Amino acid sequence: MSPEMNSVPNTIFSPELAARFDKLVTLYPARRSALIPMLLYAQDEVGAVNDAVIAEIAQRIGITELDVRNVISYYSLLHTKPHGKFHVQVCTNISCMLRGGNEMLAHCKEKLGIGNKETTPDGIFSLEEVECIGACCWAPAVQVNYDFHDNLTTEKMDAVFENYRQKAGKS
Amino acid sequence: MPELVSHPEEVKVISRRWGQGAADIDKYIELGGYAALRKCIEQGPEWVINEMKTSGLRGRGGAGFPTGMKWSFVPKQSEKPKYVLVNGDESEPGTCKDHLIFLHDPHSVIEGTMIAGLAIGAKVGFIYLRGEYRYLIEIMERALAQCYERGILGKNIFGTGFDFDALSHTGAGAYEVGEESALMESLEGKRGVPRIKPPFPAVVGLYGGPTVINNAETIASVPFIIEMGGAAYAKLGTERNGGTRLFGISGKVNRPGVYELPMGYNLKKMIYEVAGGIPNGKALKAVVPGGASCPILRADEIDVGMDFDQMGKAGTMLGSAGVVVLDETVSIVEFALRTIKFYQHESCGWCIPCREGTDWLKKTMTRFYEGYGTTKDIDNMRYLAENMLGRTFCPLGDAAAMPMIGFFKKFRDEFEEYIRANPSAPESQALVELVGA
Repeated sequence: MSPEMNSVPNTIFSPELAARFDKLVTLYPARRSALIPMLLYAQDEVGAVNDAVIAEIAQRIGITELDVRNVISYYSLLHTKPHGKFHVQVCTNISCMLRGGNEMLAHCKEKLGIGNKETTPDGIFSLEEVECIGACCWAPAVQVNYDFHDNLTTEKMDAVFENYRQKAGKS
Repeated sequence: MPELVSHPEEVKVISRRWGQGAADIDKYIELGGYAALRKCIEQGPEWVINEMKTSGLRGRGGAGFPTGMKWSFVPKQSEKPKYVLVNGDESEPGTCKDHLIFLHDPHSVIEGTMIAGLAIGAKVGFIYLRGEYRYLIEIMERALAQCYERGILGKNIFGTGFDFDALSHTGAGAYEVGEESALMESLEGKRGVPRIKPPFPAVVGLYGGPTVINNAETIASVPFIIEMGGAAYAKLGTERNGGTRLFGISGKVNRPGVYELPMGYNLKKMIYEVAGGIPNGKALKAVVPGGASCPILRADEIDVGMDFDQMGKAGTMLGSAGVVVLDETVSIVEFALRTIKFYQHESCGWCIPCREGTDWLKKTMTRFYEGYGTTKDIDNMRYLAENMLGRTFCPLGDAAAMPMIGFFKKFRDEFEEYIRANPSAPESQALVELVGA
């Protein structure tokens, strides 16, 4: 398929991201290889892989929207509904569990006043219990968006929350 | 930033440059980087593969397949382009070694990828990192860009006529994608569902071309092996288990961390000396020696060398060398439940024994944990797990079944005790209550 066939005149993405995607599809032996990175980077900018994102990415790759949806449903980082501004991902897998991961999750629920896979009413935080994030030797660990927070205690976690709350206030 | 640890017993080969700013290409070159690549270009592919065979390096992802042999399986002539694919999907619970490689020495991965490409006749390499490792992907992208700026990647590298391109690639959250055929599917932009083997990737891999797939630690070891010589590297380890290994020690120890130790290093010593023993004067209960999929060892079984063969003899596996330590306070029932919850969550659903097996194990374990367990449940779960073994396209089914069998085998008394300690609710309960029935 020629690149022209997939040109997107009315892109929903920022000019930078659109330019990045124009290039990304040319880097692989097959355009479709760019699909998963595109979905993740689009989600970072838009907030979710919503219908508009799916439609444009399907067009850019040259596959059906159904094909795109099938891929989205497989990968745990991709979501079709927006998360909070700061998505708090608490690992409770074995290494974190042994060092207080479950207690950390309970603490986050209490502190934020929400349950697993819920978002605070102000939209600042959302919470998710996640599988191993590759920080086993620095457990318990939490990822907020893409930032790792290691060797946590509940006090340290409170400071982490405060830090993000301030960030949310500034923007 | 994750903490770096150090211990006098360590033999730092692949972790040698950590903490020295080697993510920057100038520092990497100053510390000897890219000299191995030059040497390989001079010596040629056959020499490289021989050095790899001599080194005794075995796959660090967990399967332990000899790397040199894997490379030699790639056909010399191929109509389709060949590829190198680096597996940095690191998701085995208990494992965070590749995290540190990508953070502290990304160029060792790039250099290893190029050497693998030279050895098999590939012109393109892909470095796949799990999506959660975004900050590491950014570090890798900067490292790759620096290589292109210096002419270390691209056309006519070092003026030798060797061409090679490398690209980093993000995943988006999936344990299953760490399996090599699912990894290829994912890189091709699809659901990470495994392919049936044969054909093996060395013959039909990415985009149908011959492909070498190696774990990030395996690939990062390559330049160091070339530098010191395969024979010298082999001598660091034990017979048929060359070199050193990055052991990630986590759980109930005083000094958790990633330590580089010779292959075959004694597990007991690793826990009590290197990692500083168990906190608060507690006794050791058990150890998962190589990531969540490896069968558990009891405290009286840990006086054993940590290499692929000795672990096999001990009835478990070296796996990804993620050593998870449990003290006497840990409930095996709870630990088993958390383990099977993970595998049930990660099963891609393609093969029925894995999809249904992990689901029923999780359901039964959940009920057991909640205090409704019976002795028959223990037998049923073990029977179910044993019948998952070897019946799936990829090893995820085995990875879920093996640790479960281990828990039931090694700690049956604790499961039985759990039933006694939780005099349960009514013998049998309806799964569904029919309203108005």
